[in-house]
Amino acid sequence: MSSLRLHVNGEEVEAEAWEGESLLYFLREGLGRFGSKNACEQGECGSCSVLLDGRLVCACLVLAAAAAGSEIVTIEGLAGDPITAAVQRAMVEAGGVQCGFCTPGFVVSLADLLRRNRNPDEYELREALSGNLCRCTGYLRIFEAARRAAAELRA
Amino acid sequence: MPELRTRGRVGESVPRPDAPAKVRGDFSFGSDLVAPGMLYAKTLRSPHAHALIRSLDVAQAISMPGVRAVLTAADLPGVRLFSLHDPPDQPVLVGVGEEVRYAGEPVAVVAADHPEQARRAAAAIEADYELLPALTDPVEAIRAGSVLRELLIRRGDPEARAEVVVDGYYELGQQDQAPLGPEAGLAVPAGDGSVDLHVATQALHVDLGQVEACLALRPGAVRLHLAGVGGAFGAREDLSIHIHACLLALRTGRPVKMWYGREESFVGHVHRHPAQMWYSTGADRSGALVFVRATIVLDGGAYASSSGAVTANAACFGAGPYRVPNALVWSGAARTNSVPNGAMRGFGAVQTCFAHESQMDALAARLGMDPVQLRLKNALRSGEQLITGQRVTGAAPLEELIRLCAELPEPARSGHRLSLPGGAGNVAEAANVVRATGFAVGFKNIAYSEGHDDYSTARVRLERGPDGRALASIKTAASEVGQGVVTITQQIARTELGVEEVVSLPADTTVGDAGSSSASRQTWMTGSAVQLASRRVAEEVLRRAGPPARSLDAGQVLDAEGMALAPIELFLEEPIEREFEYHHRPTSGLNPEGQGDAHVSFMFVAHRATVDVDPEAGLARVVEVATAQDVGKALNPLQVHGQIEGGIAQGVGMATMEEIKQREGKILNASFTDYIIPTALDMPAVSSILVEEPEPDAPYGAKGVGEPPLISSPAAIAAALRAATGRRLGRLPVSPDELAGLAECEPDWEVTPGVSPSDGRRRQR
Repeated sequence: MSSLRLHVNGEEVEAEAWEGESLLYFLREGLGRFGSKNACEQGECGSCSVLLDGRLVCACLVLAAAAAGSEIVTIEGLAGDPITAAVQRAMVEAGGVQCGFCTPGFVVSLADLLRRNRNPDEYELREALSGNLCRCTGYLRIFEAARRAAAELRA
Repeated sequence: MPELRTRGRVGESVPRPDAPAKVRGDFSFGSDLVAPGMLYAKTLRSPHAHALIRSLDVAQAISMPGVRAVLTAADLPGVRLFSLHDPPDQPVLVGVGEEVRYAGEPVAVVAADHPEQARRAAAAIEADYELLPALTDPVEAIRAGSVLRELLIRRGDPEARAEVVVDGYYELGQQDQAPLGPEAGLAVPAGDGSVDLHVATQALHVDLGQVEACLALRPGAVRLHLAGVGGAFGAREDLSIHIHACLLALRTGRPVKMWYGREESFVGHVHRHPAQMWYSTGADRSGALVFVRATIVLDGGAYASSSGAVTANAACFGAGPYRVPNALVWSGAARTNSVPNGAMRGFGAVQTCFAHESQMDALAARLGMDPVQLRLKNALRSGEQLITGQRVTGAAPLEELIRLCAELPEPARSGHRLSLPGGAGNVAEAANVVRATGFAVGFKNIAYSEGHDDYSTARVRLERGPDGRALASIKTAASEVGQGVVTITQQIARTELGVEEVVSLPADTTVGDAGSSSASRQTWMTGSAVQLASRRVAEEVLRRAGPPARSLDAGQVLDAEGMALAPIELFLEEPIEREFEYHHRPTSGLNPEGQGDAHVSFMFVAHRATVDVDPEAGLARVVEVATAQDVGKALNPLQVHGQIEGGIAQGVGMATMEEIKQREGKILNASFTDYIIPTALDMPAVSSILVEEPEPDAPYGAKGVGEPPLISSPAAIAAALRAATGRRLGRLPVSPDELAGLAECEPDWEVTPGVSPSDGRRRQR
């Protein structure tokens, strides 16, 4: 174990870490930021989606130590972001949330999409969300949430 | 004067109360828990499907850095077996001189400061196994007498003859519930030798009884608390980390956190029973069913779990929701050396629905009849009998479901390249794509059957809140697993109490049992308990208010004309609290002929699937699933649609892609890389109609809604794929090879439908 310093959600943070820890593990168990979820830890489900220097990645596939020097933004760090807020409101109202385990990952991915494209068509939307697995909703209410959030952001 | 009406009552699409925390990432799931001084635990599991443990040496593991405890079967203090089944048959840990019976069975557990230390220590345990032959063919197992349960349903003339007969053999692969949240929890020891277990589960009290017995602590020394549950679908009916985490916490005196990684999760919970089904269906020339004979073989895996109830469900619903005067159904679950199978959404009905609906299509083809008309002709009505002799006394709007579903407009064609079968793979040729539809219906029981005294407990309290206004709180042990029981119970309390401010207290074992979040039962069971407890609270408010007070609404006590007399909080100087334990009406067991009033109520559903197929490439896309569902009353239409769409997604998975592959009892695809579930690109459009015919006895007439979407959607998709390709497609999930005509599902055994496979013969190839 050694001390690891990372830049997370605009702050310098430091905690003990084993050399092989993933960024996801370090965020969760090292820093106590449990918003990024650990559904597969195999890079398949997107529930640990975070922004690494503005790029959408699965935190479970990034070695924590390799993230040193990068700007990491998690679901918690998006709290003040108006695009994220629109996505979150729409997810609640459209019924895009059931068990909620995949939800933070979807919110991070959707906010990332809507930052780049305020008017995604159905297939752009489906493609953008194809790296996020949801087992409860069948995705349709999440698509509806995306459409509502996009409409709100265009208005 | 505007009508006084509480907002957020039953019937409204109220958003989930836990959704705001979930979208922020603030909602705490079982794997998000922490406690000071917490340790992490890992499990050592058998790599062999069947073996004798000759020795276990933990000396090296215990001396490794950070390791605080290594426990084996020798350390178990209490009952060594647990199960949903009575008597229990599943070892907490398999010890020296004992046999492991499936690959992945727990042998030792380790607690350490860091999970990597625990993982390395578990790997350093020296286990010496003597390999034993693994029994993995369920038919062979049944022939050898290795049976978890078998039963026969015999109705009318089991040897009845018919003018038109179709025979078929069907298989269904092993589906994983694949909830996104892993098995997880935190055990916290108290100084007095007791322990608090926070765990993601479907049934706190069902777990509690098993954990208490295995920890051998004094009554009340184990307390269970519901941690956030990341989906369930049956995967959390059986214990996972529970006993192990508690044992380690009690041994070390420190909190112990445990979660399974995705690979471990595939052996850490039960799966849907794979099935082999031999069917014979007879009808007269008009299409009226004369008989159904079926042999249903389920692979139960190594331990009983809920195989018994699944076996019964497969049989009871095995002839389909039809008038069937003569039936002979043999259903059995084999005990094999596979990972145990148990509960998954649809619970036995999914397997046989695929078979009976495939048979109906084959029959329609033989008769030259439209498959929808054939179903309409035979559709069960209220007042008629199942093959178990039970008369359906509640709502059974199956004919209406069939008509409404069949009449839904068919989807338009999309020209987008991603809409082609195979999607972004760009393999299918638009010119080769064939569109077709398929139809299926299904049904299933709500709540527990066969004489089980199923009940739920709710405590409802009404008091002045911090702002001085009336505030209701609901306390139950019902597991919110994502299905929305927390929303529904709040809507019920609002409806009954006329109060908008309602909170749900944390679910734990300090209140009576609510039963399991299974069998589409919580709306009915815990909904009824909350409704009836709330009514008692309301009665007390009205008593305190005195005449002319008649009802409560919009925070006011109203008179007989609906005029406000006074705010409710005026009568809450003393809080009011009432508890109610709701039992559904008793059911009976099945007699040796498989006859009896074994079920409380039934839910019906119809599905029509539209598919696009490139038959040469063996690629298919499910374009749309249309459905009409018997819901009794939609207490929250948004949530009902959410259940329908989510269940259909799992049905698309079952029909087209999801299967746990095993070789000699070992799972080959224990990851989301290799076990594929539908993504946003795979999900079809869903068009749904809710049919609301109130169910007597159910709260507000509401039936369960969780399982029907997954019962007949796979069968409808299979029917559509057959219509597009002309192929037999006797197996789910349908493989590209079968779609392209390069492979066909054939039985290994010749079995006479309706007869035990013990009398079958291995087929010569």
